[in-house]
Amino acid sequence: MSDRAFKVVNHTEKKVDSHALVRGKGVFTEDLAPENALVVKLLKSPHAHARIKHIDASMAEQLEGIECVLTYKDIKPISYTRAGQGYPEPSPYDTHLLGQKVRFVGDTVALVAGKDLKTVKKALKLIEVEYEVLDPVLDFEHAMDEGTPVIHDQEDTVNIYDASRNLAQHYDMSIGDVDEIIKKSDVQIERAYYYPKAQQVPLENHTAFSYFDDKERLVVVSSTQVPFHARRILSHILEIPIRNIRVIKPRIGGGFGAKQGVIIEGYCALVTVKTGKPAMLVYDRKETFINTYTRHDMRVTVRIGADKTGKVKAIDMHALSNTGAYGDHALTVAMVCGSKTLPLYNKVEGVRFVSDIVYTNLPNAGAYRGYGAPQGLLALDAVLDELAYQVGKDPLVVKEMNTMKEGETSPIFKIMGEGREGVEQIVASCKLDQCIERGKVLSDWENKFAKYKDSIHSPEAKKTGKVRGIGCALAMQGSGIAKVDMASATMKMNDDGSFNLMVGATDLGTGSDTILSQIAAEELGVPLEYIHIYSSDTDRTPFDVGAYASSTTYVSGNAVWNTAKKVKQQILENAAKLLGCKVEELYVEQATVKNQTGDKSVTYADLCTKLFYTFDQMQIGATGSFVGDESPIPFMATFQEIEIDLETGQITPIEIVSVVDCGTAINPALAKGQVEGATLQALGPSLYEELTFSSKGTPTNASLFMYKIPDRSSYGKVTVELVDSYEPTGPFGAKSVSEIGIDSPTVTLLNAIYNATGIRFNKVPVSPEKMLKAIKKILE
Amino acid sequence: MILNLIVNGEKKQFHIEPNEMLVDVLRREGYKSVKKGCNTANCGTCTVLRDGKAILSCKTFAAAVEGSEITTLEAMGQTGPLHEIQQVFVDESAFQCGFCTPGLIMSTVEFLNDIKTREDQSVKESEIKERLKGNLCRCTGYESQLTALKKLVVQYGGEVVEDE
Repeated sequence: MSDRAFKVVNHTEKKVDSHALVRGKGVFTEDLAPENALVVKLLKSPHAHARIKHIDASMAEQLEGIECVLTYKDIKPISYTRAGQGYPEPSPYDTHLLGQKVRFVGDTVALVAGKDLKTVKKALKLIEVEYEVLDPVLDFEHAMDEGTPVIHDQEDTVNIYDASRNLAQHYDMSIGDVDEIIKKSDVQIERAYYYPKAQQVPLENHTAFSYFDDKERLVVVSSTQVPFHARRILSHILEIPIRNIRVIKPRIGGGFGAKQGVIIEGYCALVTVKTGKPAMLVYDRKETFINTYTRHDMRVTVRIGADKTGKVKAIDMHALSNTGAYGDHALTVAMVCGSKTLPLYNKVEGVRFVSDIVYTNLPNAGAYRGYGAPQGLLALDAVLDELAYQVGKDPLVVKEMNTMKEGETSPIFKIMGEGREGVEQIVASCKLDQCIERGKVLSDWENKFAKYKDSIHSPEAKKTGKVRGIGCALAMQGSGIAKVDMASATMKMNDDGSFNLMVGATDLGTGSDTILSQIAAEELGVPLEYIHIYSSDTDRTPFDVGAYASSTTYVSGNAVWNTAKKVKQQILENAAKLLGCKVEELYVEQATVKNQTGDKSVTYADLCTKLFYTFDQMQIGATGSFVGDESPIPFMATFQEIEIDLETGQITPIEIVSVVDCGTAINPALAKGQVEGATLQALGPSLYEELTFSSKGTPTNASLFMYKIPDRSSYGKVTVELVDSYEPTGPFGAKSVSEIGIDSPTVTLLNAIYNATGIRFNKVPVSPEKMLKAIKKILE
Repeated sequence: MILNLIVNGEKKQFHIEPNEMLVDVLRREGYKSVKKGCNTANCGTCTVLRDGKAILSCKTFAAAVEGSEITTLEAMGQTGPLHEIQQVFVDESAFQCGFCTPGLIMSTVEFLNDIKTREDQSVKESEIKERLKGNLCRCTGYESQLTALKKLVVQYGGEVVEDE
């Protein structure tokens, strides 16, 4: 808030890793690998669904320069989930590092390690495999049909809901008599919306290397979002005690959820364990597309009942989610589809959410920024948009009148957590009304909405061959998983008054190292350069669940804040002894402890030097941790103006405006950057991003040549603003901001198309072909 | 085979395989700023300068650049004050993870040199957007990069003009 005089937080400080990054220093995983690391590559299945009848790797093993070839026969079958989540994981244990059955084109069959890539590639071709090819399940809408082949028929799975029906997981909840309320409502709408299988596309492909250190402990350096989960899962699958494993995350080139799993680490660690030698596995772009994670493609059906004024009485949402070959993040993503969309509309008398998450023989889905919310919101907001047109009102008005306000709650908070029950929560900070007001002005909403309505039929459209439309949507997210996500930090003081800050939190490029340092600096009254952060090393930093669920600013931020408060208390107590006064008389400012009357002071440097060498000798330092009692909600209003070329079907986003309530922005430029990046990431699947497959399940566009992601020429302008807001439970008032930006832009595109043309697409991406076909139909 | 190059102003001789790509040779020889993102000549993270012109080192055979002058981001120094392009990128928060940054900075060097040497020094915003097209970034959404490039155009004596 404006009356809070922050010195370091709420300022755009430079990223603490910026010099290394703009100098192009070798700070990423692949840059750091030992030169003698064995090259590891995987043999992939050519079939979508098959059993290995016979496999012979002897010729590959005999090749000069090959150190190790492994198939399912060489390792103990240990069932696990790759999903990097809190323990016990909600995801089913349905995966083996190397199994006898393959479940998608590209699934791992064998592993080869050798002196160089050329030799390893040669060896891969020498492995003889005979498959019993099975019928694949490729259509997720029919994966549960009777007579469909069973994908997980092995015996050692844990937590699959109904393997015989390919039903990985299932969830349902209901409040009020939803059917009855809808039946009695004046307006009833039911629609199904489809969100595609899009990929995160971090610029850095998944990379890991491993070696034994001088104490013969296994060290794994990985581009991971979850170093501590990686250590725990590696311990399970390799049967090595946790104490003998160290996982380190260096700088990483983006994650967006794709690296929230233990996907490659197991393979290279296995090679190190078998050979005693360093090993490295670097996925190529195709492998990052196919062998890591994608978004769960979903069919989300929303049914609502409302009165003639547009007041929504009940919402019924069903999400059919495609988890692909394995159930990583299956249940939790599906739950977020409901739990991070439905509470926004808390005025209803009844609400139901049901989800079925099914297996198919396609690459597996997992975590992806937004984590289900973009899929849920696509359907929910589009239906509310339609409702507004039906009752003859401005969609923004209808959406706003039904939304949650500050000081309110939703019963869903208690019922739905992630993978389990949630917690009650009163929304202490909600400036959605301000987001809407500001966004209206920035986008010129009212004027343009009226002007563009049905403009496809205007004489102007005929003349220019182009029409414009505008759409809006409102979004929510969370800040970590309440009562589940825990983070911690350790600090120690140095004799020049600086501090080392050790955090388990994982900076993916998001800037969390910077904002966590800012929080510590603010509390301790020092400039940012007095904080030296070291993060994401399971030996040297305390525990943190990792970077996901929009948790870092709030959960890890609070852990750092708690730690800094403890350190400050120690500084004050020791300064009081040294200066001969009471703790209550003292305060800190500019790395100095001062008394209120201004006649006594000691600099941090003097104090710490004395504590090291001459006075009451001791090390000032503390460890603090934090687990959220709630998950404060960031809010956002998005407005998108588009132009449609009536001759080509080409849709060009002219301007996307998002106004966000993320509480105090610890670093405003980084916070805005999160939303700007997320906006573009939402634009891709709106217009063209979708992984496609042949009728046999073979990927057909798994390269950046075929699968286009937005570049700077794909859109006009993105405008992001942050409103003044303060979350009382957050560190210096902060909430999360990393995911929310991806939730609403996609549906605003559909709403904008409707505004201009009266065409309501129920599926993205809307390609020029689809747009053109629809235009022709209505202009005929 | 032996490859003779001038890399960042220094004469170098590398032993290479005839079919090796320039990106692999440069990375092996320690120029770690050169990144591999796609191997299909789409992402731009492997961009380096060959005799002042930006090229994609993932689609360039090392053998094909015999005798050339190659410039990588390391040329701007690994210590001391930042180069003014690097400084503007930092000031404008024009990167998040930093993986695409080396390639983008090399493309920017070429772009700014072009402006310096050409007759018409007015630069349309659309031209900057077009220039940014070759370097994919999944983190920033490009807005901060556009701001940085506009600022740099002015610093290099150019003028940014609105599109008609």
